[in-house]
Amino acid sequence: MNTATALKSEVTWQTLCSKADLVAHSGVAAWLDGTDTQVALLYLPGRTPEAYAVDNHDPFSNANVIARGIVGDIKGEPVIASPLYKQHFRLSDGVCVEDESVRLHTWEIKIDGDDVMIRA
Amino acid sequence: MSMPTSPNAPRLIIIGNGMVGHHLVEQLIACGAPRDYAITVFGEERHIAYDRVHLSEYFSGRDADSLALASADDYAAHGIDLRLHDTVTAIDRNANEVVTECDRHPYDRLVLATGSYPFVPPIPGNDREKCLVYRTLDDLDAIREAAEDATTGVVVGGGLLGLEAANALRGLNLDTAVVEFAPRLMPMQVDAEGGALLREKIEALGVQVLTDRATQHIEAGETSFHRMVFQDDKMLETDLIVFSAGIRPRDQLARDCALEIGERGGVVIDDRCLTSDPAILAVGEVALWNQSIFGLVAPGYQMAKVAAATLTEGNATFTGADMSTKLKLLGVDVGAIGDAHGDRTPGARTFRYLDEIKQEYRKLVVSSDGKKLLGAMLVGDNATYDTLMQYYANGLALPEDPASLILPSSEGAPTLGPDALPDTATLCSCHNVTKGDVCATLDAGALDLASVKSETRASTGCGGCAALLKSVVDHELAARGVEVDQSICEHFAHTRQELYSLVRVEGIKTFSELIEKHGTTAGHGLGSSSAPKLGSSSAPRLGCDICKPAVASILAACFNEPITDAAHVPLQDTNDTFMANMQKNGTYSVVPRIPGGEITPEKLIVLGEVGKKYGLYTKITGGQRVDLFGAQLHQLPDIWGELIVAGFETGHAYGKATRTVKSCVGSTWCRYGVQDSVGMAIRLEERYKGLRSPHKLKFAVSGCTRECAEAQSKDVGVIATEHGWNLYVCGNGGMRPRHAELFATDLDDAQLIRIIDRFLMFYIRTADRLQRTSVWRENLEGGLDYLKDVVLDDSLGLADELEAQMQHVIDTYECEWANTLSNPEKLKRFRTFVNDSRPDPDIIATEERGQLRPA
Repeated sequence: MNTATALKSEVTWQTLCSKADLVAHSGVAAWLDGTDTQVALLYLPGRTPEAYAVDNHDPFSNANVIARGIVGDIKGEPVIASPLYKQHFRLSDGVCVEDESVRLHTWEIKIDGDDVMIRA
Repeated sequence: MSMPTSPNAPRLIIIGNGMVGHHLVEQLIACGAPRDYAITVFGEERHIAYDRVHLSEYFSGRDADSLALASADDYAAHGIDLRLHDTVTAIDRNANEVVTECDRHPYDRLVLATGSYPFVPPIPGNDREKCLVYRTLDDLDAIREAAEDATTGVVVGGGLLGLEAANALRGLNLDTAVVEFAPRLMPMQVDAEGGALLREKIEALGVQVLTDRATQHIEAGETSFHRMVFQDDKMLETDLIVFSAGIRPRDQLARDCALEIGERGGVVIDDRCLTSDPAILAVGEVALWNQSIFGLVAPGYQMAKVAAATLTEGNATFTGADMSTKLKLLGVDVGAIGDAHGDRTPGARTFRYLDEIKQEYRKLVVSSDGKKLLGAMLVGDNATYDTLMQYYANGLALPEDPASLILPSSEGAPTLGPDALPDTATLCSCHNVTKGDVCATLDAGALDLASVKSETRASTGCGGCAALLKSVVDHELAARGVEVDQSICEHFAHTRQELYSLVRVEGIKTFSELIEKHGTTAGHGLGSSSAPKLGSSSAPRLGCDICKPAVASILAACFNEPITDAAHVPLQDTNDTFMANMQKNGTYSVVPRIPGGEITPEKLIVLGEVGKKYGLYTKITGGQRVDLFGAQLHQLPDIWGELIVAGFETGHAYGKATRTVKSCVGSTWCRYGVQDSVGMAIRLEERYKGLRSPHKLKFAVSGCTRECAEAQSKDVGVIATEHGWNLYVCGNGGMRPRHAELFATDLDDAQLIRIIDRFLMFYIRTADRLQRTSVWRENLEGGLDYLKDVVLDDSLGLADELEAQMQHVIDTYECEWANTLSNPEKLKRFRTFVNDSRPDPDIIATEERGQLRPA
């Protein structure tokens, strides 16, 4: 992909990685192509939606570790717990359950055959 | 760190550093007195205050340090001048000075806490060599020395202290006899029937009991060192004699300076612990209050509290003390409450129950109308003591049929519910904690038994009130609407223990199966509109960061499948997932196993080379290993590839699992070592490596009683003896240090391992999640005795099962890193990014002291 020329308004679906790279009920990290943004990809087979993409950067520890947290739910709502200080972030909108003023960026994501696609 | 004391502050001197003198210091610190007084404490002994109540344990594994109640640093931290091994020889009341052997010290206030000395009956020959007393650690050293070439020992005195002394002599493997002047043992506490039963039980332990014996004189023996000659010319030969025939107040200093002394000794004090000289106070066994000397520690502590109040213008009075006691002497329960003999209250009536088969005797003394409990006596079983004590101490109305309190009944004796107790009810007499104190702690925010114990110190003395305290805490928490909900999290309405049983009984091998069968359903009480809805059924629950690792741990303890298998890997905390410890910048540290801390130079070089090659910060751990910091996720397989080739295995530093077995060099090198502690440490570490448990497990093995491996601060501590190993359990360092407790003594290798197998598996089976053995033990109903019953005596019939479970874990051990390196699918997980091989550019290191650390 072209990099510096990409405009902010230019939002398209792009392939991020293959489905085989995902880990069921857990997370992996990927680079958003052509940016310095890291994305945590969470895969929940059997649910709708079956995958989520949120910032890999943990705003509390300032480390890039969100993909390495534990995926779970709070009253049915899917969340990921930061592996460092254990705050929970809702996968649907990235909001931190313990401090709603803190929020992870979220992206739309879909699995298309073997491809994991992200809208960015 | 001493608190500021004004240079002109009044000078307070305390003479005596026994249990009561020390308690006074604690009370003074608690009310901030070190700011108002310059405090000096004189102790005649070499040792700082120690636990005299458990003195006989000195011969069964405990040393002076473990009996100590404090350290000199504790005193220094509060600016208190502690002078040990410094005897006060006189008090000069005219000059307001105390005189020591080589100095004089002015005082403004003075406290006598000199305690008592053992009474030695005036028997000709009582000054012979190897005629000893039982009071101090030095006395015990003397007894031990005299016992070296002795085979028999006699204790003169069959009271509480005499039987304690007899226990000590048995601990030295002497054939022991007790000689008592009165017609029965413990004449103060028990009556003729109780005494007979007590005697029978003690004789069954191999201790000879001679009552109604007055020793006329002691002379040289023919077959032994001494010959004791009694009133009827009967004789007893023995190598060693210990006098333990009562105590006398050490009031000589007070006599010499003409303070008021009681007719039969003791410094007279008033309700505020003041002597006849208002500048001088007295506390403990030297003090005579209302014509009485109190020879127990609890009244002494109460006096100390009153004295501290008197010295700090507080308002407290000593109003006498209850002499009720609950004892375990030579393993025999003896309890005496209030007017146990029924001879202090006119018209008192008694109920008595005697079971000569089970060897239990219980007696109630009640008021003439049968409504109030005046006293009670128990021999052989103290189970009813707590309930009876509450009836007695709080004047509660007895049930319709008081005999039901001591009769065996199919439903068990009726116990007094915690709500029946008034706020003034004393739960812990050692630290004088009332039900009201416990409630205040709960109101202030304490939410469990362990925090109540650490706040109030209740149940941290003799521990006799543990069960009662727990029931009060549970009851009061429930009454406060603190739902004592033991559910592990919202996904399971079960405790960890229940989940463990479900997993075992139903053979459930995956988290998904467990949550499907036993999880709660989503949706109940759920108002969130964003919750996904799948048709009419609720969404499958995912679990959470509480239940997932807890279940992973249970599955590993039961079945020991690799935690990196696909079914288990999403359950793990990141540390277990990547088998390394995540640090604050998202990098990991690596700790290979170094069993027992023993490592060859070759392997040490490999660690150095790996550290150098990957730019890792290296540090020695407290568990005698090497920690390599700063590895990025994708570097871990390469690092471990090199370590495994060199013969290392994973160290589980990342897991709630067996960590290390620390050791000293033991008999292999050390001139003091009596067993091969390194060999045993390696054997234990190899045996238990990979064992997953509710929390981490630390072990240590020391090669002699000097305890260089610090085993008594570990979950499992082993200390070598001349005859084998002593096992200590449930110790902890860290945030809340806890001394491990002596669990079993003089074990051979096989016994030691069998007991540790059972202990660990019982802990794994019953502990809460993330509960270390120390907290588990403190919350364990029935305490150490119960644990011993289960583990040593197999009271639950579980031993075979526990051992088999442990054997399964041992047989299925596999190095997790070796397993992972041989599986390309698992290795895919170790990519910092799945779509690029770049490292994480945000991880920046800087150099400090020649190594890299996070910037």
